[in-house]
Amino acid sequence: MGFALALEQDGVPTIPVSTHVFARLAKATALSAGMPTTRNCFVPQPVVGRTPSELRDYIEGVDPVNKRPFMQCVLDGLTQPLTEEDMKGASFERSTPRFLEPDTEDNLRQLFIENHWTDYLPIILPTEERVEKMLKGTSKAADYVVGTMRPTSFREAWEFDVEKVAVNAVMAGARPDYMPVILALSASGVSARSSSTTSWASLSFVNGPIRDEIGMNSGIGAMGPYNHANATIGRAYGLVSQNVQGGSVPGDTYMGALGNNWAYTACFPEAEERSPWTPFHVDKGFKPEDSTVSVFFGGWYTQSGFGPRETWKDKFIRCLTATDHFSPPVIVMDPLVAREFDAMGFSKQSLIDWCAENAKMPARNYWDDQWVTTLIKPHAVAGVEPFASRLKAKPDELISIFRPEDLNIIVLGGETQGAFKMISGRYMGGGPGTDNKGNPTGLVDIWR
Amino acid sequence: MAEKITVHDPRGYPPKVEGKRLANRTETLDGKVLYLIDCLFDNADVFMEQLRLWFAEHLPGVETRIIRPKESWVDDPEMRARVVADGDAAIIGVGL
Repeated sequence: MGFALALEQDGVPTIPVSTHVFARLAKATALSAGMPTTRNCFVPQPVVGRTPSELRDYIEGVDPVNKRPFMQCVLDGLTQPLTEEDMKGASFERSTPRFLEPDTEDNLRQLFIENHWTDYLPIILPTEERVEKMLKGTSKAADYVVGTMRPTSFREAWEFDVEKVAVNAVMAGARPDYMPVILALSASGVSARSSSTTSWASLSFVNGPIRDEIGMNSGIGAMGPYNHANATIGRAYGLVSQNVQGGSVPGDTYMGALGNNWAYTACFPEAEERSPWTPFHVDKGFKPEDSTVSVFFGGWYTQSGFGPRETWKDKFIRCLTATDHFSPPVIVMDPLVAREFDAMGFSKQSLIDWCAENAKMPARNYWDDQWVTTLIKPHAVAGVEPFASRLKAKPDELISIFRPEDLNIIVLGGETQGAFKMISGRYMGGGPGTDNKGNPTGLVDIWR
Repeated sequence: MAEKITVHDPRGYPPKVEGKRLANRTETLDGKVLYLIDCLFDNADVFMEQLRLWFAEHLPGVETRIIRPKESWVDDPEMRARVVADGDAAIIGVGL
């Protein structure tokens, strides 16, 4: 869609073709680009997995959105003279008021639900008094611009300030002393409400002294609903994301096929003191006394197990190769597991290296994946290693599916069992417009 | 009657939208160069090949050229420059 709009501006009549389930999204994207009359054409969903003859039927069939023969839509769209609306596009300004019209609590709750401003769990209404109290959790001015966020890369980016973060933090039930963590997460530039069809969530991990200062739980049930800070910080990051980016509404600004339960809340502290290894943030160049947040974009799958037992190598290989390999895992392990690996002589890095070296699958299986084909294959074709070598491999040849830098390990848990999880999670953040440029891990301390 | 209260709006600030016009249309595609842009989504290459065959069979006067960006989701100024330089129209798909 972005290509099409850019080509139109460059003077080339262009028809973007999408599948019909994206009709609302295509219209909204064209509108926000100032070109609401973009001549979109549609074929039925899906295209993925369809044979050449089935796709030919789409081409010779009816556009399910425009309700006319598909090729007629295409040809008319490329040749019919421009209308007055086509010539001028649409310029407009949208403003977001600081306050809503006063109303009763019941009516306001209903308004927040109808406008898709909640996660459909009860919220605390963000009154002026509550937001003021929340703002006391940071020394930053209320109007300090935190950054921008968008549901996905081709959508417009919306800007937000400290006050908007505080408003959503109130809604999530967070306390003022959590604000530096919530601000650091919000400043990552990574949305916890991606609109991707793959139903991503954003898992985040907290390191440094702030974990204890605000009473986060890295012990028993750390990843479950058993701690106020863990629960409400993750929820606040989600609400901030959906509201400051312009929405997360199914069919419009959210297209995840299945949805993702990690999207309700997913923020956890590392059990640094009980890990045999250096804390995650220290691995990434921070000092132990720094407090940080690290975001992992994923949550798409979870593999799990116990150990390391006698056959742990087989188990790890099964788990790693059972992942959807376009999204590398963050390996979350209980301190019992980490200490056992440490006793076996593994450092964190050497265990990661072992995983990267031994997670292999036949090239045929590796490439037979829609996102590997879409996202990785172009790099392989361009000669970028190691992807190019993976593409050259014979179909039955076993190839590595992850690079060491794709994999990360976090230690947390209550030591009631030697459990581990491998959760889809690409380490992300630090993009343009963020305060933590160059390092996906963000410093919490700058938001105190 | 229940008391009325004032609460904050939780939404961020959208950018200003500047209207942009569509490109001038050509009366006919006959004798023109039409770029079929495979946006690299899975199976988009098969779709574009079928589209190329359709033009070859039904509108052979249209010169179709299949082209691909370097990456999916990322702008490719070089590819766009090529389409602008010698293309009269384009179809891009399948995806957003």
